[in-house]
Amino acid sequence: MSSIRVNPDGLSVLDRPNSYIGKTVPRPNLDRLLQGRGLYVSDIELPRMAHVVFLRSPHAHAKIVSVDAVTAKEMPGVIAVVTGKELGAVITPWVGVLSHLKGLKSAPQSAIAVDRVCWQGEAVAAIVATSRAAAEDAAEHVAVAYQELEAVTDMRTALDPATPVIHASLGDNLAFERVHDAGAVDQAFAVSDAVVEADFIFGRHTGVTLEPRAVVADWNAAEARLTIYQGTQAPHMVQNIAALHLGLREAQVRVVCKDVGGSFGIKVHIYADEMATYALSKLLRRPIKFVADRVESFNTDIHARDHRCKGKIGVKRDGTITAFEIDDLTGIGPYSMYPRTSAIEANQVVNLVGGPYTSKNYRARARVVFQNKNVMCQYRAVGHPIACSVTEGLVDLAARKIGMDPLEIRRRNLIADDAYPCASPSGLRFEQLSHHASLDKIVAMMGYDALRAEQATLRKEGIHRGIGIASFIEVTNPSAAFYGVGGAKISSQDGVAVRLDAQGSVICQTSITEQGQGSESLTAQIVGSVLGVSMDRVRVILGDTDVTPYGGGTWASRGAGIGGEAALQATKILRKNILDVAAVILQSTPAELDIVNNAIVNVSDGASRIELNELARIVYFRPDTLPPGIQPELMATKHFVPREYPFAFTNGVQAAWVEVDTETGFVKLLRHWVVEDCGTIINPQLVDEQIRGGVVQGLGAALFEKCIYDERGQLTNANMADYLVPMSGEMPDIDIGHVVSPTRESELGAKGAGEAGTAGAAAAVTNAVNDALSPFGTIITEIPLTPQVILTALGKI
Amino acid sequence: MTAAAAISLTVNGERVEAHVLPRLNLADFLREHLKLTGTHVGCEHGVCGACTVRVGGEIVRSCLMLAVQADGAVVETIEGLSDSGEIADLQAAFRDRNALQCGFCTPGMLMAAQDLLRENRTPAREEIREHLSGNYCRCTGYHAIIDAVETTARARMELKA
Ligand code: FES
Ligand code: FES
Repeated sequence: MSSIRVNPDGLSVLDRPNSYIGKTVPRPNLDRLLQGRGLYVSDIELPRMAHVVFLRSPHAHAKIVSVDAVTAKEMPGVIAVVTGKELGAVITPWVGVLSHLKGLKSAPQSAIAVDRVCWQGEAVAAIVATSRAAAEDAAEHVAVAYQELEAVTDMRTALDPATPVIHASLGDNLAFERVHDAGAVDQAFAVSDAVVEADFIFGRHTGVTLEPRAVVADWNAAEARLTIYQGTQAPHMVQNIAALHLGLREAQVRVVCKDVGGSFGIKVHIYADEMATYALSKLLRRPIKFVADRVESFNTDIHARDHRCKGKIGVKRDGTITAFEIDDLTGIGPYSMYPRTSAIEANQVVNLVGGPYTSKNYRARARVVFQNKNVMCQYRAVGHPIACSVTEGLVDLAARKIGMDPLEIRRRNLIADDAYPCASPSGLRFEQLSHHASLDKIVAMMGYDALRAEQATLRKEGIHRGIGIASFIEVTNPSAAFYGVGGAKISSQDGVAVRLDAQGSVICQTSITEQGQGSESLTAQIVGSVLGVSMDRVRVILGDTDVTPYGGGTWASRGAGIGGEAALQATKILRKNILDVAAVILQSTPAELDIVNNAIVNVSDGASRIELNELARIVYFRPDTLPPGIQPELMATKHFVPREYPFAFTNGVQAAWVEVDTETGFVKLLRHWVVEDCGTIINPQLVDEQIRGGVVQGLGAALFEKCIYDERGQLTNANMADYLVPMSGEMPDIDIGHVVSPTRESELGAKGAGEAGTAGAAAAVTNAVNDALSPFGTIITEIPLTPQVILTALGKI
Repeated sequence: MTAAAAISLTVNGERVEAHVLPRLNLADFLREHLKLTGTHVGCEHGVCGACTVRVGGEIVRSCLMLAVQADGAVVETIEGLSDSGEIADLQAAFRDRNALQCGFCTPGMLMAAQDLLRENRTPAREEIREHLSGNYCRCTGYHAIIDAVETTARARMELKA
């Protein structure tokens, strides 16, 4: 054994022999999913379980005059038909606001609509039956009389005096407004050599998790306990909210999260129909299962990104960016979502615009308005794609205006890699970013000059290819500043418990959750590395509020940075405890011993002294052989939350290489590159695949995905055939590189990587399309970049 | 309501007799009657490919086929292909390449990939992308899946050679 250490605990785990940190190892337990032997909520069946189907409003806005369920209740297999008023006996309404988002308002929302529906798809009655098919049959016989009300659909006119106010008690349709003014913006524009403006339009889209949302709620009246099986990213949040609105103590609610068929932020919220399912279980005293069908998913899974943002940039002839200004408008549907609220995305846009650049002059306004459409809320990379597209679109426009290469203007304005710590004009504090190193790396990876040459050659042949660059920052590891300070019971800390079992294996319970990112793997890698045991000896348990420590879960790219550090710290304690008892057994000192490959070894010569399973045997079964007064603790628990910075920031840059067919308007993605700095990399393959998956979701937004509403608030493409998502044939290979600037907030140094791909993909593609179309003197600032949008810009239709 | 019909079929090598309503689709029959929950349902309208199974050796979308249409047929699901070892190498390649995240698309994806590899032993990357174009994956971005299928194709060729 090589290294000799006086105090092994003083050394970073990254330096330990046989460390799994930084290594590509396959995720544990993948065979379960590969063999079709996982357990998704849609697979769960319980004794006496009944199925609920929701009858949903066909209108965007209407009064409910009456609900007649007499015939439906007589149908075979029907157990109950429950209206909003009836369900109100067991569950209270909620209001999706947070106190730190000053002025944010919303109206009380019920699990099932009472008196009025506010979007097409809002539930008006629950039909519970012995099978889903029976409930669907009966739903067709529930007669609801509606009186249609005028629907507010266009966010641009939502605040006009002539537009009806959706919730009279609120006075107007403005949910939230934030203004920010830093530096001297007017003065900066005045001294600029050029000022460029553009209107950016972002299509409303959604997450399309392949497994729709699903819940099985099981109220056991005899135990007075509710068990909720749900594919949620935040089990303790669900526990808190369910208890709060059902009048239970949290200890009466258990949330179990097994396999989850995709989440992406769609499953970090609590939806009215999920609340209704919990309540129905309590009301009917039996397990109730709800599985959304695809049409319901499109009509009720949160939408995101429906923004229109006016942007303005000032630039000097030498390329210096003088100021950014934005005016952002977004329509969030009729309610602010609960409990995370629907103001966060707009707030993030204000926070993030201009973030990678040195310019200190920044003015922003964001307004969030109500409409009679499905609710909007946080989806992967909340706000980032908008902020990045606006910022990077403006930077490219400025470069074009002064005749500068897009790389050059970025080099001249990106915050220098040695300028940290520093703060953005919106007040975000950056610990250490690496914009220039990232840019240099991506330029080398993509062979920028060769691509430019190829572009020029092909252009002569009438082939229009373009290069798009987008630098970005990404918020990760949020502290209580995100939700806790606003009054939401959403934990920003996470906890991990580790224990040595009687055969020398390690059981690890963590409060972060797994939806395919690799939470289980990264936890096992950290525990195995820190302790000195092989990964196959580490069993990780997640997703059960009865079992795991209390914590936030997996969202906002926080699993590795927060949950990973808790695992590291807990394992350090377990390691110390093991070495203490080993020293007693071996009549040595802890400093002379180490744990390597599942055994206690000498630090001096690496000789194996005692296997961990033998140590465990002594501790658990022959404690009588230990000296008096020795009580080993082979279990340790630690919690962690970053305290110095309210958020960690990662950074990176993406580049797209595209070809635009100017006859058909089709965009072909030829290649995509990403360089990302997520701090310490625990498993390179998992990080890369998070980025690739994220990029493709961003590419979907760039080219295909849009929830198309008509002026009456009807979603016209609520099925997978009409709502297009990226398919394998259209997607490019994606090359990924890394720069590593670990955060000093934790020993692990990981910052998180789940959302970076989504943050910058659309911006890179849009810039590339505009670059390809530069000979035509047209600029497109609208996504998705459908053939129609492109041909319209080219004046061909 | 129409009366249940008697069907008799072979599923993963086992004889199955059942009475099913004519409207019951094969996906629901497999999942709810036979508890073969490895076949997933993502859209119920024939678009996503999550419900892909093999009927009489050909891949089909089990949400688009009625259970009564499978009367007399030989049906194979992901559970069957796993137990027979037919796709063990493909599954290993998916595992090593992390070609699955949430795993919800994976059974259908493996079915479609194996179908390609049986037809075309040396598919080019573009052909793999084309062949899998009816199978949604919302997590991976496809790159890793294409890699895993490509690796398997190559390994099978080397094994033959
Ligand atoms: S569930 Fe059959 S194709 Fe989607
Ligand atoms: S791995 Fe989640 S949909 Fe493919």
